[in-house]
Amino acid sequence: MTDMTLTVNGREHVVTVEDRTLLVHLLRDQLRLTGAHVGCDTSQCGACTVHVDGKAVKSCTMLAVQAQGCEILTIEGLAQGRELHPMQAAFHEHHGLQCGFCTPGMIMMALDIARRHPSPDAATVRAELEGNLCRCTGYHNIVKAVVAGAQRMGEPA
Amino acid sequence: MYELAYSRPASLADALALLAEDEGAQAISGGQTLMPVLRARLAMPSRLVDLLKLPELAGIRAVDGGIEIGAATTHADVAASGEVRAVLPALADLAGGIGDPAIRHRGTIGGSIANNDPAACYPSALLALGASITTSQRILAAEDFFTGMFSTALEPGEIVTAVRFPACQRARYIKFRNPASRFALVGAFAAQLPSGTRIAITGGGHGVFRWREAEAHLDSGGTIDAITEDMLDLAHFTGDLHGSAEYRHHIAAVIVRRALTALA
Repeated sequence: MTDMTLTVNGREHVVTVEDRTLLVHLLRDQLRLTGAHVGCDTSQCGACTVHVDGKAVKSCTMLAVQAQGCEILTIEGLAQGRELHPMQAAFHEHHGLQCGFCTPGMIMMALDIARRHPSPDAATVRAELEGNLCRCTGYHNIVKAVVAGAQRMGEPA
Repeated sequence: MYELAYSRPASLADALALLAEDEGAQAISGGQTLMPVLRARLAMPSRLVDLLKLPELAGIRAVDGGIEIGAATTHADVAASGEVRAVLPALADLAGGIGDPAIRHRGTIGGSIANNDPAACYPSALLALGASITTSQRILAAEDFFTGMFSTALEPGEIVTAVRFPACQRARYIKFRNPASRFALVGAFAAQLPSGTRIAITGGGHGVFRWREAEAHLDSGGTIDAITEDMLDLAHFTGDLHGSAEYRHHIAAVIVRRALTALA
């Protein structure tokens, strides 16, 4: 067991974890942030995507102890009270989800795409979403939502 | 996942000591291969020794005639590096095509080559370009480093610290992706070095190798169009549910011709 400190959605947490605990299990089971989903167990689906120190990673593919001292951002950290983040709003408007299971991971990856490509076209978004699977195959509207959300994030508030 | 202990050493010396004192200890870098392996209980190390934050393994440096990349440099950092792109654009492109963005944010060049997955991208670049690998103990030529499927010349407890590449503008990596997994079904790295043409193929099944017959053919004045799989030993290839040996063999020749055409 290891005692560790990490910041999640701006709030510092001191936790004790087994060394083998995955980051996604720390988030879901100990911190009760169940937005990051475990979809595949093989690092392929991206439903568990969160940001670690500003970059999208698969939280099922790193240990919680590796996040010692890191800043974590999860889907729960995006909305300001009842006001959705522009990327969340874009997913809502463009119906960028069907069952919703992949959506937290899609949105966290979408923010990472917007960070690296301020005004991405649909082809860029499709290529960048390679590691996020939607089993409803709702990609068409997901891509629309990411393009629109990234656009809106670039506009002055 | 089986129980294990985790250590994040502060220095290379501490990492080497941790690996030396425990036979069951395993080095971990980005972990983008090792973590899935551990989750599937296909390995049972007693301890993971985390190399990702070691200062000795960090950074990208211009060196005489080329570039040196610290072993813990992520694929995303190689892909985004202006220094890499300036001297070796094909390598930046290769790194930007590994896995997916989240994988590229954690996976590292040192981890990729130490694992030597027979379908990994990086080994083909190292072998084609004649890169050298610096470890905690010595410097190895790529030719001597990769010794077969998931096998390298690394001794137990030896750590890759950096990879050094020559500058090369005329190089190209082409990956024929498995349409489902997007992993390389076959990949080919072609380069024109001062010493001649170099072609390395990954994804064959037994590990990365050079296609020396095609290199010799071009260097003696042969044309790209005349390169066919008849010049390529079928024994380099194996079949699995994703494709037969014959299919990979054929695709290898096709993408080698494409890579060579792109840099001609």
